[in-house]
Parts: sequence; structure tokens; C-alpha cells
Amino acid sequence: MSASISTLTESTFDEEVGAASEPVLVDFWAEWCGPCKMIAPILDEIADEQAGKVRIAKLNVDENPGIARRFEVMSIPTLILFKDGEPAQRIVGAKGKAQLLADITPHL
Amino acid sequence: MSASDVRDVIIIGSGPAGLTAAVYTARANLSPLIIEGEPSSMSDQPGGQLMLTTEVENFPGFPEGIMGPELMMNMRAQAIRFGAEVLTEKVTKVDFSARPFGVWIGDPDASEPTFRGQSIIVSTGARSLMLGLENEYRLIGHGVSTCATCDGFFFRGHHIAVVGGGDSAVEEATFLTKFADTVTIIHRRDELRASKIMQDRALNNPKIKFLWNSTVTKVNGDTSLSGIDVQHLPSGETTTHPFTGLFVAIGHKPNTDLFAGQLDMLPSGYLITAPGSTRTNVDGVFACGDVQDSIYRQAITAAGSGCMAAIDAERWLEATLH
Repeated sequence: MSASISTLTESTFDEEVGAASEPVLVDFWAEWCGPCKMIAPILDEIADEQAGKVRIAKLNVDENPGIARRFEVMSIPTLILFKDGEPAQRIVGAKGKAQLLADITPHL
Repeated sequence: MSASDVRDVIIIGSGPAGLTAAVYTARANLSPLIIEGEPSSMSDQPGGQLMLTTEVENFPGFPEGIMGPELMMNMRAQAIRFGAEVLTEKVTKVDFSARPFGVWIGDPDASEPTFRGQSIIVSTGARSLMLGLENEYRLIGHGVSTCATCDGFFFRGHHIAVVGGGDSAVEEATFLTKFADTVTIIHRRDELRASKIMQDRALNNPKIKFLWNSTVTKVNGDTSLSGIDVQHLPSGETTTHPFTGLFVAIGHKPNTDLFAGQLDMLPSGYLITAPGSTRTNVDGVFACGDVQDSIYRQAITAAGSGCMAAIDAERWLEATLH
């Protein structure tokens, strides 16, 4: 995992996502989800290439079901881009790098 | 000749067939390039259909079973260990009219292919069919799911449905009972097509209910799935059921659109290979796995035919280039 990706928990979520100076792309994932593993290397690349423009953070839904419920996540991987602490874009399902960048870039 | 990168073997697709072909051709020092596809939550994706499954209990060598994604990650690592190169991209066009064959990624209108291959192994597999109903795609991720392993967790305490009667449907239903209160299997016929062991498991599971001789006619829901309409075929009567989860497992379609007009295929889209081999109608192009198998469609048969394709390609290269 890229060093610039952080791991969120129920106790750190609001502070980290709310206080961030740049948009935060939160990856809702779990160990048992194959497609989540497929996109992990892509998120690593985006984290490094877009450093300063977007921050990437991971939230394990198994360990943090409350946050997943709060944002009505019913399928993973789900990526939610938070701007000033509010959801600005939601991406459900695994996608390729070009598509992910196309989805988030307008918000950066 | 063009400036395209020319390889001995290009493998398109990375399920059990493609990765087995990669292990064999890599060990034969052919430095295969695997173009594994792009991530997707439908079934056309790197690692193939097993990436969306749970426990695989019938792949020899794993007495306790193994998770589908883990099995595929292992196969991938094994291919890489012997020198296979993996590219996480989608092939957008092929040209099999002249050798070395052209393979494009990215812009299909580019004048030159991205890669050229002396031989090609096609292992693009098959994808799950959807019902094709209004609202179905819109509600994916909001109650409609294409991946029981990924999404079962979110249906703890729900009443949900699985459409289909084959092995995948019954396996998904059984898995989903770990989370859901009830799982209703909706099947067009009055008996399951699934293997005996899977059937017994489902029929004896108190959480699994059945709607026989029935088909889904409507998917309801505004922001998330609120229910589905089910028609009982013999009577024609339609009833609404308040399911909050819907998993579709009604069969597969081979991923062969890319090869239309270039490789011979059955009306159903499955590629045709010469009996007892993996040869297609184009000399130097081989096909293995579910893309050419409408009968067995197992991980182990895909892997077996991947091995055959590797050996066929290796011998063909030996005879043609040397």
C-alpha cells in the first residue's frame, strides 16, 4: 500500500475526513472482496500521482460497519469522494484507472 | 514492419485458463504477455469469474477449500514468478489477418497496434448475464448485486432473493444465508440444475425458500431496491415481494465480441476449436477456458485447457518460426 494512503476507523473518520485540506477519496473495502483487491494497486498509483490534489484513505467495512451504514454503502468496492467533509461523488464497483480518474477529476 | 512491440505469446484474459497458459509458456521461456483486463464488478475482469466467488471446494489440491480470489492471486503470482508479464488493461481491438497478429489497448483507431504477437492465446472467459430489466442496472450497489461475496455482508437481517437454478445460483444462495434472514431462490423451472451436493445443501437449509416455475418481471425501487415482481409461469399470476436484495445468477455469455468476424464461433458466441485441441480457425491463435467451453465451465477444466493452449502454442511456434 502506498505510504500516502491512510487507514480510517470509526473513531478517526470524522476528524480525518472533515479536517482535510484537500478532497479525500475513501475506499470502502474488505478482505473478502475480490474486486476490492483488484483496484488496490490502482488506488496506490493515484495516491502517489495525485498527491496534494486528493488524499486516499481506506475504511474496512468489516471493522467499521457503522460508517458504512451511515453512508448507505451496500456494495463494495465503493469509493466516496469527500469535499469539505461532505460526499461529492460516489463510485460503486471496480473500475479501471482511466475511468476512476475521469470520475474524480472534475471535483479536484 | 511496424514499431510495435513483438512478443512470442500474448495471452488475452487472466482467469484459470489464461494464467495456466501463462505458467506453462513462461516455464517454456516464451516470456508471455498477459493482458488481464480492467477491474470491473461485473464478471469481465482480471482473475475471471472466481474473483466474484467465495469458497472453491472442488479445485484439487486444497482439501479445506480456498477462496476464489485467493486462488486467482496465487495463480497470478505463480505465472509472474516464471517471468510472465502482466498488463492491467483491456484489449480494444485485434487483427488476426496477418502475422505477427495485432493487439490494441487504448484507442482502437490507432494506426499501429500496441503489441504484436507471433501467437495469441484467447482466454477471455464468460460474463454473468443480467435480467435486462428496467431499474436493474441503476440499482446495482443499491440492493441489486453482481457479487454475493462482496455484498452479502450488507444484507444481514434482510429478506433477499437469488435468481437462477444452476450451481452459481445455489452456491450464492447458500453463502448468503450466513447473513440474510431468508434467501428465496427464484427459478424458471420446477427443479434445480445445480449439482446434487449443492442441491441437497440448499434443499436442507431452513433459511432457503423457493419460488418454482417463476420469473422476475420487474425490479422496484427509487434510491434502493424495495421489491420485485415475480410471475408464476403456469398461472401467469404476478405477485410483488418486498425483497431488499437481489442477486442474479442466470447464466453466462462468452466474451467474444472482440473477435467477431475474425474467429469462428457458434451462434451462442462460444469460440470453435478443432476437436481435441485449442486451435481456432486462425493458424497461431488458440482458445482456452470458458470462452470456448459451453459444457463444463469449471475452474479446473479451464486450467486444463489453458495448459493445452500453452503446449499447442509452444509446438506451433517451434514448427513455424524455427
